[in-house]
Amino acid sequence: MPDVTDAPPAIRFSHVSKVFGGVKALRDVPFEVGQGEVHCLAGENGCGKSTLIKIITGVYQPETGAEMDLFGERLSAITPTIARQKGIAVIWQDLALFAEMTVAENIAFETMLGNRPRFVDYAALRAKAEAALARLDVTLDLDARLGTLPIAQRQVVAIARALVGEARLIFMDEPTASLTQAETDALLAVVRTLSARGVAVVFVSHRLAEVLEISSRVTVLRDGRLVGVYPTEGMTQARLTELMTGKTFDHQVMARETSADPVMLEVAGLSRKGEFRDVSFVLRRGEVLGLTGLIGAGRTELAHVLFGMTQAEEGRVLLDGREMRFASNRDAVAAGVAYVSEDRLALGLIQPQSISDNAVLSVLRRITGRAGLLSPKAQDDLVAHWVRELAVKIGQPGDAVSTLSGGNQQRVVLAKWLATEPKVLILDCPTVGVDVGARAGIFRIVRDLAAKGLAILLISDEVSEVHVNADRVLHMAGGRIVGEYDPRQTTLPELEAAVYA
Amino acid sequence: MIDRMKRAFGPEVPGLLGFLMLVVVIFGVTAPNFLTGANLGSIAFQLPELGILTLAMLIPIISGGFNLAIIYTANMAGLTLAFVLMQFGGVEAGIGPFLLGIVLALGVGALSGAAMGAVIAYVGAHPILVSLAMMIFLRGLGEFLTKGGDISGFPPYLATLGHGSVLGIPVPLILFGLCAVAWHVLLTRTRHGFAARMIGSNLKAAAYSGVHAKRTLVLIYTLSGVMCAIAGILMLSRFNSVRVGHGEALLLVTVLACFLGGVDPFGGFGRVVPVVIALVVLQVLSSGLNLLGANQHLSTAVWGLFLVGVMILRWGAGRWKERQRGRG
Amino acid sequence: MRDFLRAYPAEAKLLVVLALLVAGLSVAAPEFLTLVNITSLINNNAVNLIWAVGLLVVLIAGGIDISFAVGASVVQYLVVMALIGMGGGGWAVGIALAMAFGIGLGLINAALIHGFRIISIVVTISTFNAFFGLLMFFTSGKSIYSLPDWLSRPIYLWELQTEIGWADIRLPVAVMAVCLLATWFLIRRTTTGRQLYAFGDNPEGARRAGINIWLMQAIAFGWCGMMAGIAGLMQAHVTKEVVPNALIGRELDVLAAVVLGGARLGGGRGSVLGCVLGVALVAVAQNGLNLLGVSPYAFKMVVGIIILAAISTSNIDLAALLAPKRRDRE
Repeated sequence: MPDVTDAPPAIRFSHVSKVFGGVKALRDVPFEVGQGEVHCLAGENGCGKSTLIKIITGVYQPETGAEMDLFGERLSAITPTIARQKGIAVIWQDLALFAEMTVAENIAFETMLGNRPRFVDYAALRAKAEAALARLDVTLDLDARLGTLPIAQRQVVAIARALVGEARLIFMDEPTASLTQAETDALLAVVRTLSARGVAVVFVSHRLAEVLEISSRVTVLRDGRLVGVYPTEGMTQARLTELMTGKTFDHQVMARETSADPVMLEVAGLSRKGEFRDVSFVLRRGEVLGLTGLIGAGRTELAHVLFGMTQAEEGRVLLDGREMRFASNRDAVAAGVAYVSEDRLALGLIQPQSISDNAVLSVLRRITGRAGLLSPKAQDDLVAHWVRELAVKIGQPGDAVSTLSGGNQQRVVLAKWLATEPKVLILDCPTVGVDVGARAGIFRIVRDLAAKGLAILLISDEVSEVHVNADRVLHMAGGRIVGEYDPRQTTLPELEAAVYA
Repeated sequence: MIDRMKRAFGPEVPGLLGFLMLVVVIFGVTAPNFLTGANLGSIAFQLPELGILTLAMLIPIISGGFNLAIIYTANMAGLTLAFVLMQFGGVEAGIGPFLLGIVLALGVGALSGAAMGAVIAYVGAHPILVSLAMMIFLRGLGEFLTKGGDISGFPPYLATLGHGSVLGIPVPLILFGLCAVAWHVLLTRTRHGFAARMIGSNLKAAAYSGVHAKRTLVLIYTLSGVMCAIAGILMLSRFNSVRVGHGEALLLVTVLACFLGGVDPFGGFGRVVPVVIALVVLQVLSSGLNLLGANQHLSTAVWGLFLVGVMILRWGAGRWKERQRGRG
Repeated sequence: MRDFLRAYPAEAKLLVVLALLVAGLSVAAPEFLTLVNITSLINNNAVNLIWAVGLLVVLIAGGIDISFAVGASVVQYLVVMALIGMGGGGWAVGIALAMAFGIGLGLINAALIHGFRIISIVVTISTFNAFFGLLMFFTSGKSIYSLPDWLSRPIYLWELQTEIGWADIRLPVAVMAVCLLATWFLIRRTTTGRQLYAFGDNPEGARRAGINIWLMQAIAFGWCGMMAGIAGLMQAHVTKEVVPNALIGRELDVLAAVVLGGARLGGGRGSVLGCVLGVALVAVAQNGLNLLGVSPYAFKMVVGIIILAAISTSNIDLAALLAPKRRDRE
């Protein structure tokens, strides 16, 4: 890190507040990042991280009285245009890219901004895009339509876009969420290079290990307030979690011996072209089987076949001793397989619809009364039952499910599937977008379900999650199962080393 | 009371009823003949045709789509009935051929709807485009079959369907009432109606939850087609003739009525009762203006401006609520 | 070639279909591939194409406009009334007035959409009813037959006598060419045009990048209105009369042609080439049926079938057929 003592900070303000419809999203939060510093902004969902970024980049206007110093210059009002001119760039969590436009246009998009029309200089545009990609040491087809790229490459495009405008302060909102380990390493290397050149980088990431590895200081927010600014030296993951949630957690391995229990699901030699090959394992009644591996290992694809969304080309699936061939997920549900998708926003729940309707969607037949008509009373009773059973915190059952927090939404998803009385429950990254504090609650439910005899396949890219919560852990890489571990005999660092190798 | 009404029939109902009362009072004062039996009777006879067509538009919109082919589907169904009646002697045709014609007309409506639904569900094409193509096709087919002319001369008992009354209630209104109740039950109390709303909000997520999304889509458009056929039969009996293009001007009015009734243009939300009230408001507006000496065209303009006005009011109400919450 | 297929998959497919159709027709109907027939096809579809490129810009920006055809009727009427009031006028005044009135109507749509956050289909269905109702109310549905002399006189830009008659190109074709070129320039060559694509593609992303949303809506609907106005004036020029309810219903035919040409309902995709091909496919199909002696009543039916067939095969990926190892698939 370069010497920053006499240079003015990249950004500094002493108190910023923001109110949305009466809710204080940010209260008097101070923030400072030195030039060339790699800084981390940490906190649970809804703690105000995103609001803070949007204020700094001029997307939101803060409450009056907020002034900020940018590279030693005092500014009272910021618009997205001013922010860009001052050298602030953001890589948004949802990327904010344009699927129908080419890679080159997406990267060099800022050359096309401004209200006064100008000619588009496609040659200059390509040159800029190429240069930005070169700084990342990546080659991409500049003429490909962005929508045709896999998600990890889109992430690269988003990063390249931030590098185009000679940014001096870059915000990265969860930039590694969908990257493989190798890609993440490459990104971290880029961050270090940028930092060495005097570019300040503010990192927002839920992967705590990464945060501690790369940044020199961390600002922790909770409930819209500042908890504190801490040097990362000497900071541990456990301590950081504590600061973010205000609670303490223990990482005690929960695994039990399950080898004597009857087999519920047996998979033998399952293959699907381009996705996974020769996958075999057994899942026992009452067992939580962890399945981990990097993004692109074929985990979700395997889950899709087990849930009948796609069909395998080779191999067999035996459920409770009977061979199954699901033509669709409706067959799978009828046979007793349930699947909690990793994409809760787009696939797990129907966000604008009510909590109640979402909860009964999978069991409409169960609430159908005489004459084939749905019974509102049966629906209310069923919803009330599961709200109580899973301790879902809701206002009214008629409220849109989108009004719930991530953790409570995930409980609604669980309710929807548990209502089908499944034999096998597949959980695909069940804690994505769920606060660290609320994750424990989800896993408590998972353990309870297993104790009642449900067979659970727990898929996660967070190795620590499966290490703590699973009875056995399968490691998947390159479409194959490459290892099996017992969390009681393998330490977390050993398991992480195996997966991230 | 108002809360119970909102829960049972939708949050738009009290506001729309307020509008209806306002419009009735204004015309009751300014137009001397407005609150007479004759005028109310004429409203009751005019409403059902537009009403049934609007019901046909309603479920595709709730499912996140559109059916721009409703008018020509209705025309084709009417033509089918007319052809059957002509085959069996036109004015002389008995009740047997009439029933056969009805069945075939409903079949034609269902078939055209099912074809659209299948292309939308299994090809994944945009409903606006598919129904537009179907509309162009049916218009062409109808004009081809009739050579652009009209068919008339039906048995006299058809007039009962179009102009008769039972216990003082116009038969078309009874028919519309039955259709509206059927649609209300379909949307609120059946699995298919439930699935239609879910698909309208997020088709993929609904499919992940085990909803047979494609079959539901086909059924939605089939039912829409059947409703069109009922409208077509009603139109035939009211005008005692069938011409392709009859009711053309109503196409976008049905969409307007749906939006006025609070149906979400993006799909997923919509109820029958507020839409019916919206239809009554439109019809009352038009009849009141008519009594004041304006023509149908001014009513059309007022309908458009009325929808804009209501949307602006809804926008304002949303902002106001937000600010209220901000204070609280 | 592959680049073209990849960048314009819908357009490429349409081009193949159109080429097959033209080839078939030129064999089946000898009159089809004659200068007289081709030029009359172009003359007859100039107005539709002007509307099409106007609507294209709105579709690219993620909106839809139902009101443009009745808007064109309103503009026609207003312009001709204004011209008569001025005592004649001329082409320059006429076009300028048509553009100005058209932009005005478009901006009404844009203001309602942006000001009150109402989606475009609701707004334009409302304004469709309002424009048409008010026009019919104030004109009592009366047509204007006595246009200024210069407006009703056909202008031939090019003519040639062939064995079977005169082939000619008339003024509306030149106006159409200018409109096509201007629209192509706007959406391909200017930063504003690329912002329109971006806005239609991902409105939230565009907002965060600092694109002026109001400006986008105003340009899209203003452009569509302007094209509608110009097309309206050209229509009056061709038919030598102004009939207030002559254009109602045309909006859906134009919409079908534009979407057939690859513009996406929902925004972000579409090209001028696609518009041309979409309009051409419908026009050539009708023309061919006519030449083949099919009853004119069957034309529309066949057009409907063609569009349905085109939609139903839209999953076939030409680029993938030509290059089986395409790297990234959706």
